[in-house]
Amino acid sequence: MRSNNFKKTDVIFSDCQHTDGQKYPILESVLKKKPQDIINEIIDSGLKGRGGAGFPTGLKWKFAAAQEQAEKYVICNADEGEPGTFKDREILLKVPGKVFAGMAICGYCINAKKGYIYLRGEYKFMVPELTKFLNEFHTTIQKMGYDFSIQILMGSGAYVCGEETALMESMEGRRGEPRNKPPFPVIEGFNNKPTVINNVETFVNVAMIQRYGVAEFKKLGTHDSRGTKVFSISGDTSKPGVYELELGMKLSDFVDEYGDGDTKAVQVGGASGFCVPRKKFNETIIGFEGVPTGGSMMLFNSSRSMYNVLSNFIHFFAEESCGQCTPCRVGCQQLVQGIKAVKNGAKDEDYLKKLLKLTESMKLTAKCGLGQSVANSFSSIVTNFKEEMIY
Amino acid sequence: MGNIIKLKIDGIVVSVVEGTSILNAAKNVNIKIPTLCYHPDLCVAGNCRVCVVEQEGARTLTASCATPVSEGMVINTNTVKVRTARKHIIELLLSEHNSECTKCYKNGNCELQSLAAEYKITNENFIDLVPLHNYTIDNFSPSIIKNNSKCIRCQRCVRTCEQLQSVSALVVAHKGEHMKISTFLEKSLFDVVCTNCGQCIIRCPVGALIEKNYIEEVWNAIYDPNKHVVVQTAPAVRVALGEDLDMRHGEIVTGKMVSALKKIGFDSVLDTDFAADLTIMEEGTELLTRLKKALVENDKTVALPMITSCSPGWIKFIEHEFPQFLSNVSTCKSPQQMFGVLTKTYYAKKRNLDPAQIVSVSIMPCTAKKFEADRPEMRSSGYKDVDYVLTTRELAVMIKQAGLDFRSLPEEKYDSFMGQSTGAAVIFGVSGGVMEAALRTAYEFITGREVPFTNLEIKPVRGMEGVKETSVKIERTLPEWRFLEGVTLNTAIAHGLANAKKVMQNVASGKANYHFIEIMACPGGCIGGGGQPIPTNAEILMKRSEAIYMEDTGMPIRKSHENPEIVQIYNEFIEKPLGQKSHELLHTNYIDRSEK
Repeated sequence: MRSNNFKKTDVIFSDCQHTDGQKYPILESVLKKKPQDIINEIIDSGLKGRGGAGFPTGLKWKFAAAQEQAEKYVICNADEGEPGTFKDREILLKVPGKVFAGMAICGYCINAKKGYIYLRGEYKFMVPELTKFLNEFHTTIQKMGYDFSIQILMGSGAYVCGEETALMESMEGRRGEPRNKPPFPVIEGFNNKPTVINNVETFVNVAMIQRYGVAEFKKLGTHDSRGTKVFSISGDTSKPGVYELELGMKLSDFVDEYGDGDTKAVQVGGASGFCVPRKKFNETIIGFEGVPTGGSMMLFNSSRSMYNVLSNFIHFFAEESCGQCTPCRVGCQQLVQGIKAVKNGAKDEDYLKKLLKLTESMKLTAKCGLGQSVANSFSSIVTNFKEEMIY
Repeated sequence: MGNIIKLKIDGIVVSVVEGTSILNAAKNVNIKIPTLCYHPDLCVAGNCRVCVVEQEGARTLTASCATPVSEGMVINTNTVKVRTARKHIIELLLSEHNSECTKCYKNGNCELQSLAAEYKITNENFIDLVPLHNYTIDNFSPSIIKNNSKCIRCQRCVRTCEQLQSVSALVVAHKGEHMKISTFLEKSLFDVVCTNCGQCIIRCPVGALIEKNYIEEVWNAIYDPNKHVVVQTAPAVRVALGEDLDMRHGEIVTGKMVSALKKIGFDSVLDTDFAADLTIMEEGTELLTRLKKALVENDKTVALPMITSCSPGWIKFIEHEFPQFLSNVSTCKSPQQMFGVLTKTYYAKKRNLDPAQIVSVSIMPCTAKKFEADRPEMRSSGYKDVDYVLTTRELAVMIKQAGLDFRSLPEEKYDSFMGQSTGAAVIFGVSGGVMEAALRTAYEFITGREVPFTNLEIKPVRGMEGVKETSVKIERTLPEWRFLEGVTLNTAIAHGLANAKKVMQNVASGKANYHFIEIMACPGGCIGGGGQPIPTNAEILMKRSEAIYMEDTGMPIRKSHENPEIVQIYNEFIEKPLGQKSHELLHTNYIDRSEK
């Protein structure tokens, strides 16, 4: 029985005429409102960041708007690097106008004149197309008499540059290393100026909330997870791809739809997310009240070795850690070596407990979300698939 | 002053100024939080994470060095979470660190070792990662050894090199498990823009960056009955050496140091200060000559401002960064090298020794002096003018190895000849000192009167400000210097290469109109040199600086040109400043390294 909260939706990719080509009617109506009112609407909508961390978007904007500085920035985080995520690519390819519109609304709300799209290095192929749309966008808003421009900056392939402050370091021409927080970007962000940085999909959601109204948006999803989510579905599925679904569904419903009938685990939220085993599908809600995700859903069937899956993930982290903080840099190496030692018998299975404790410390002490979230996949895979780790 | 913030640390209410870190707020109430990447001279990195504390209401632990206090904050520094996390971090660092402590040069002076001891890390909790890394040791530089297997990636050296020195020879390379402190194209420090200043060494918490030591070589020379070993001691050594020998910061130990050197077995214990006085004679004359050429003869080829040349770290810096200004640098060799060449010429002759027999050793607060002594230009005597350069730290090691109880040693006097010096020479050890010494002599040359400052203390050139500017108006000159009548002599003083860079950029852009610039590579001048006892920080520098000025005040002669040995050496040997002999022995030339 499928519960009624599994719904395919079509908000993100549809209704493009409002932000397409040379017309941005959304903006025309939005620019007539007071910035404060728009921010309140976004707060009221319950929209949370779509990058994975889920910070309330409206609050973020409110903080930045409260900063009395002449120069502020809007950044669109398009450094989509989480393993198993490819939805921002799809969004930027299909509805770039909605992203630009969302950024422009943000600029209007916080009083920023300049926006940046930090584009993943591997997405270089989209630059000519994006630039073409951007030029049209600039011409259109100029006609509206609104002073806002967007520039594309390229990443160079480091996963950690998806972390907002590392991204800003990278934008400023330095090594992409996360900063100490506080100060948070809304106070001191890009060039040490107040900055709102949001995920690609978050900006689209903003545009759509303005298009359809808060009430319509609130009809979608659950109390804690408003709206829809664009999922990147990969792994052992006959239907890999990008799908928009309402938030708050049960994982079992999701697996019914996309699984191959033999799904033993779903990695929700990519390498930095959680691994949910089959026995917990039914009790797992996909959303901020359950297991949140930036969009990545990887399905594994019984032919897959979860040891290999985990080993893969932590190798990835050991490689992609920026390397500045001890828990992340050394911790990841210890995890890689540790599970190998347990597997080949050099360490006994109790060593896994030591490693689990270590990941707890990593979660508590790492400087940024990268090191803090290694514990997620590690502990969920090790505790749920302990036998596979040992034998 | 900012607002006062009230917070609670371990149950104690603390009031501190807004913006204070939790770490420093805790210090105020005598709660010690361990640190590794934190250094008071540097910007906060917050990357070792050993200083984490528990903040009520926070999801994760908080790095106390990197987090400012906020009103009503509740902090606990000793909880099970904090303790477990700290132990984990220390264990992780040890697993990545080549823990051959008993064979390490920094054994006993290593912050990681102390932390491991404090937390009693006795069992091997994690897998040793050292064999998995392809660690390298760079020992090509004559000054610095960089051993990556000891590095804990705290980046103190990188921040020092970039922020204090604006050199960036040391940088972070690669990421994740491969992240390391490296250089341009991973070349040796000998082959990059490194100035050998050693500021990285005095801030490295472990044994990853150390001076190349020549302790064994010097002992062997002393033990060799066929060698005559002469030692010279730089001005800044005498106010810092005691720190490595259980004495207070900035204690003046000149007499005890001389005594120790004699007991160690040096054949002659002499003073670099003598050569500092000589430098003033040569450099002062050079400055006046340049001014005369520029002002009287209207010679456009004369390079002004003239810049001091005593600091070998600064010399290598300008050779890399501002080669277009090399002709502005005084051609005078540094006091160390003047001393070295005189040891193997004048001194040898006077003592009737074969210069080949002489081993010339210098005790310096500096690691760049090791590089300087190795420069091919520094062989004017026909031999290597200075054979071995030891840092203050290396001398302390030798004193300990000799079994001397330094504190109870009697005060002894330098040997002669080339052991006498003035107060003007000893202040070479602190930023502004060369300028002050030069002004004391030059002003008197020009006007026949003492500098118009009470007790010869030229206060405007003193202090720890990064860039100091002073102007001296010259009035009522002696007849031969009439061309300087009414001229305002503009001077600048910079210490730390980041400040030096600022001054040079101002000179390059034409914004500044100086006649004479003193530059020292190290913050504080030689008292903060890369060869000085560890730790060094602003407070310690202040104490060393006070000691230097106290030493000056206590000297019977305080102007270089009044040093009787200086008068004598000109009469007997050099003849006159900038004369032929002087050019052969005491002056040098520089290399444009910008292409390298």
